[in-house]
Amino acid sequence: MTDPLAWLILLPLFWATGAFLLGPGRGARLAIAGVAVQLWLAFALAAKVGAGGTAPAGSAASMGTAIKHAIGGWGAPLGIDLAADGLTAVMLLLTQGVALPLLLFARGYFAGDSAAVRYFWPLTGFLLAGFNALFLAADLFNLYVTLELVGLAAVGMVAMSGTAAQIAAALRYLFATLIGSGMYLLGVALIYGAYGTVSIVTLTPLVNADAPTAVKIAGGLMLLGLMLKTALFPFHYWLPPAHGGAPAPVSALLSALVVKASFYLILRLWTGPFAPLADAVAWLPALLGSAAILWGSWQAIRAVRLKMLVAWSTVAQLGYLFLIFPLLGADGLALQAGGMQVVAHGLAKAAMFAAVGVLIHVTGRDAVADVAGAASRMPVTLFAFGLAGVTLMGLPPSGGFLAKWLLIEAALAQGQWWMVAVILSGGLLAAVYVFRVLRQAFLLVPNERRHRFAKSAPLLEWMAFALAAASVLVGLRGMEIVRLLGAVA
Amino acid sequence: MKPLKHLTLILAASAFAALLIAAMFALPPPTVNLAASVAADMDRSGTAHPVTAVLLNFRGYDTLLEIGVLLLALLVVLAVSPREQHAGSAAAEPVLQMLARIAVPLMLLAAGYLLWAGAYRPGGAFQAGAVLGAAAVLLFLAGLLPGWNAPTLRLRWGLAGGFLVFLAVAAALLGQGALLRYPPEAAGALILLIEAALTVSLGLILAGLFLFLS
Amino acid sequence: MTTGLIFACAGAILFTMGVAGVMLLDHLLRRILAFNLMGSGVFLVLVGLAQRAGNPDPVPQAMVITGIVVAVAATALALALARRLFTLSGGYTLPETPDD
Repeated sequence: MTDPLAWLILLPLFWATGAFLLGPGRGARLAIAGVAVQLWLAFALAAKVGAGGTAPAGSAASMGTAIKHAIGGWGAPLGIDLAADGLTAVMLLLTQGVALPLLLFARGYFAGDSAAVRYFWPLTGFLLAGFNALFLAADLFNLYVTLELVGLAAVGMVAMSGTAAQIAAALRYLFATLIGSGMYLLGVALIYGAYGTVSIVTLTPLVNADAPTAVKIAGGLMLLGLMLKTALFPFHYWLPPAHGGAPAPVSALLSALVVKASFYLILRLWTGPFAPLADAVAWLPALLGSAAILWGSWQAIRAVRLKMLVAWSTVAQLGYLFLIFPLLGADGLALQAGGMQVVAHGLAKAAMFAAVGVLIHVTGRDAVADVAGAASRMPVTLFAFGLAGVTLMGLPPSGGFLAKWLLIEAALAQGQWWMVAVILSGGLLAAVYVFRVLRQAFLLVPNERRHRFAKSAPLLEWMAFALAAASVLVGLRGMEIVRLLGAVA
Repeated sequence: MKPLKHLTLILAASAFAALLIAAMFALPPPTVNLAASVAADMDRSGTAHPVTAVLLNFRGYDTLLEIGVLLLALLVVLAVSPREQHAGSAAAEPVLQMLARIAVPLMLLAAGYLLWAGAYRPGGAFQAGAVLGAAAVLLFLAGLLPGWNAPTLRLRWGLAGGFLVFLAVAAALLGQGALLRYPPEAAGALILLIEAALTVSLGLILAGLFLFLS
Repeated sequence: MTTGLIFACAGAILFTMGVAGVMLLDHLLRRILAFNLMGSGVFLVLVGLAQRAGNPDPVPQAMVITGIVVAVAATALALALARRLFTLSGGYTLPETPDD
């Protein structure tokens, strides 16, 4: 009855519907209680997965050895299975762990603004249900449905109560995400045509045995569609306006989690059924990732608006995730690096958008130049921004440091010197855009005529701080996450 | 510049289509035969029509999530359509009104039949819900039903009720050991319950997608 | 060449036309229609290719029903956004992306 796999999906669906029925006031309380229980469930699942023993990370990160739940009792390939291994457990923990402080933040952020955000709580419920279902899915067609759940919920949240610019950003995002999932679904159709099944476990040996051209096309389509959804350079065009225009709690959810969902799926397919086809094109995502790091950081340095700066930084940080593909080897270092980067960036970027949300709330403006002198008014918020920046730059002891350390180690082990150069220069560029904001806030005196600071809410500041602190402290508990990533039940 | 971009993209798309078609012709027959597995387990599925069996039993979880997607779309439509203005009905046309008065009862009847037929032949909750939604749109176009404003509590229950029933059944069946694991003897009744609740909610949701926007 | 394969080939052509349409067209309603064309193409490949030997298979048929409902949801969402954009800006085209 208390199967965490099933309840992690059912619970958010229940409270999403409940929040729709009850309206925003009670809906918010229901949502927060629901996510608290989900966090507990995710911990229970992680403990169960972690107790199952470990294997060299990466080598055994296949669905074959995971905790399973056969929906309907039929079992794949006739029915649909849910499956959880170490990577799933880490993603689930991150999702609920980022969502809980963000929902508390959102409740304060949207207080007194009830008409505009009537539907924030139910939409968030569907979004979280989509994440959990996606991370647990072991069936390609089921994954398509979860992808659409996540994508449409995210588009809705961007558009929610929007201005013309926000609606335009939402539409651009919608078309990108629909083309992406359309390509993915055509891939699924070709795979079903070739093998007669869409269960990942059943497929893996079949693809290994024989992959006709149609399957190769399917793999290419799915990879391309998912890269579009992950906003990998040069498909990043939709991300900055969508993430930079939404209300702060929404931007935080989008940048911390939504783009990671499609990355998770690429990683899952790459190390699973498509492993035999993947080696030939492994350099492509790595090259695009390098370009993303450099271009995204450069745009962040140039950005005029504060939220655009943070959004462009997401484009850059996503690049690191794609560097791991040519390095995925038996030692599992690259997979650990990728997992660590997902966790560290998720926490740090949620913190950064939350902190920027407070800054904009208080200063009433969204330009980097307008935070001048804000440090004396909002030390906690600026400290949160700085800590999140430490993670993005990759300074010790943060989670970002551990991720980049593992990545460099993996790159050196395979003699990819150019990658080390990209990683290091990415860190330096991150330092430039983070210090651009901090310098304004700490050193420059506000122009009193232009600036009238509103009162800030302590709850908002401390939630941003909690997320930022977590993104640094996760580096100290890094070995546990690394061990969990390699765990098989 | 722009015509060049168009031309390149169209050429690339055509080349891709040709490649895809060639690849599909070269496919060997599939290894797994799911149609046979479906046929083998039909008598335990609680319904006599294979597509309904896949939709609500074997792959019922997909259907559950997909109703979630539809409800979610309705929420977004509500969120982006601010309701200060209007909700007037379309202009009244006497001929259209008379036709609508004749057609709508028949459509309700057809929806009921489609729901029932789903158990043993093509039909089911979606088809029935689509007919219900169309009936509501027809009434609106004839000026007999006003456009909808922000939904009342009762309408919200109607919109979400089908999904909630489906969720509740899925959760309750966890007692059987797995999500949506129908006991074979009760499967038929439970599937009919879900489909009946879904028909009403899907009808309202599909009508709402039109009427909240109108 | 079986009926299933004919459907699948038509689907492949519709899909590419749809993708090109979403990417190249300016008017939002045309782009939404192109998206639906793309979706229909995928559905044709899904049912056609799976049944190319001529024997019916209920699994892809059920998947297509699920896919159609998802496509309906996405279309409704897109139309709602397009209408909202029209109310706010008076046009059915997306503005050029600003640099920042």
